[in-house]
Amino acid sequence: MLIRRPADIAPSEITPHSVYRRRREFMLSAAALGAAALAPGLGDARAATKLAPLAKSPLSTSEQLTAYDAVTSYNNFYEFGTDKEDPKERAGSLKTRPWTVQVDGEVSKPQTFGIEDLLKLAPMEERIYRLRCVEAWSMVVPWAGFPLAELVKRVQPTGNAKFVEFVTLLDPAQMPGQKIPVLEWPYVEGLRLDEAMHPLTLLTFGLYGQVLPNQNGAPVRIVVPWKYGFKSGKSIVRIRFTEQQPKTSWMLAGPREYGFYSNVNPTVDHPRWSQARERRIGEFRKRDTLMFNGYADQVASLYAGMDLKKNF
Amino acid sequence: MQPKPEQITRIKAAVFAVCLIPLALLVWRALTGGLTANPIEDITHHTGWWTLTFLMVTLSVTPLRLLLNAPWLLRLRRMLGLFAFFYASLHFSTWLVLDQFFDWDAMLKDIVKRPYITIGFTAFVLLTPLAATSTNAMVRRLGARRWQALHRLVYVIAILGVTHFWWLVKKDIREPLAFAMLLAILFAIRAWHALGKRRRGSAVMQRTL
Repeated sequence: MLIRRPADIAPSEITPHSVYRRRREFMLSAAALGAAALAPGLGDARAATKLAPLAKSPLSTSEQLTAYDAVTSYNNFYEFGTDKEDPKERAGSLKTRPWTVQVDGEVSKPQTFGIEDLLKLAPMEERIYRLRCVEAWSMVVPWAGFPLAELVKRVQPTGNAKFVEFVTLLDPAQMPGQKIPVLEWPYVEGLRLDEAMHPLTLLTFGLYGQVLPNQNGAPVRIVVPWKYGFKSGKSIVRIRFTEQQPKTSWMLAGPREYGFYSNVNPTVDHPRWSQARERRIGEFRKRDTLMFNGYADQVASLYAGMDLKKNF
Repeated sequence: MQPKPEQITRIKAAVFAVCLIPLALLVWRALTGGLTANPIEDITHHTGWWTLTFLMVTLSVTPLRLLLNAPWLLRLRRMLGLFAFFYASLHFSTWLVLDQFFDWDAMLKDIVKRPYITIGFTAFVLLTPLAATSTNAMVRRLGARRWQALHRLVYVIAILGVTHFWWLVKKDIREPLAFAMLLAILFAIRAWHALGKRRRGSAVMQRTL
């Protein structure tokens, strides 16, 4: 006679995969709740950092997330110093309220947005993107924001608008790294208008379900996941639509090494080092870098017929 | 000041211990989670920075000896030079094992194609015979003149090392610049002294003539 033994774990007890994948977020909210319970005074501030429920996106990757500590302690943000640990240590001086973003240039409806209005401009989503730094390391970050296209549509670019320029705050008192002329300040980055309108290009306000920590570009930044990280301007105060290609800070710093496009491309090396492989933060062995950082299906058509070695 | 032999032994022991502090700090950070989110890069930079620093300290012995009129400082130079080689070996092994994980093909390509790696690797290769010939027996075997000629390579190695650092930083050259300036000062003191010696030498010659 066959006696069926009950399974050790009832199917109903197994954590659904979707919930399991959000385990870190759960831990973080639990930690936030705990902190709020222990310190009622801090509770409000902590609660304010949590972003409203975020819609999921089919554009998210299912890869393992890079730890929150790594994402927020290992940053290139020269406005706070050129060492990776500087931004976390020194970005406390950045005041993210009040904050406005001036949107002007070749647009029919130039506007200055207060940060609170910008946050409510469109429904916020979670986008889990790969981030590939030009220095050959990478992360996977759960950003929060909405497509930049939502903002672009509202200001109505004119027929002359070919490019979009992103300008970071200039204030050496808040950003002590700007006292050193290591780059041209303010930091300027730019995209072609079609790149800026691409659904992957994210106007970003948060990560790991919370508002951006200062060191990650608070209160608002761009994330362009198929380009090297430096293309994604942080702490943005101005978005300008132009007919001419913007002169970006890194192009001015090293025109042979940093091009306007700076698409992730394993076949085009940095003049001084290889871009064929990368080290994912938290991993030991290097992995191969993917064309357009793995977003070729979505973005390769933007560059059809272009010589990517020339337009690096 | 001319310390007695047993004092020199004690000074040497103390300097030896001090030279191990950078390694101890690194191990401490590794054990207590104090490395950055990219620990391999952190270890590479730490060991590389200390290699350059020990090269500078080694090259400071002669200028200091001359400026302070303290010939006994020369007794510390071999140990300092060997510590430069020690940290260079750690730096090289970090690259070989942790960073590249014995990917010979990739390493060979980097040595040929990446100028900063080419010169860093060259500097390490050149440093090896200096470490190997550091013993008294080797000095005797080579003869003082040839030994000294060989060990003048350290000037080339130091220049290569600073250039290696300069060429790898992305934009902020302040630290490599500081090393370059220090190296220039150390060379200038040597040159000044050598010129002075020659001038004094020719003055003596004229008097005797």
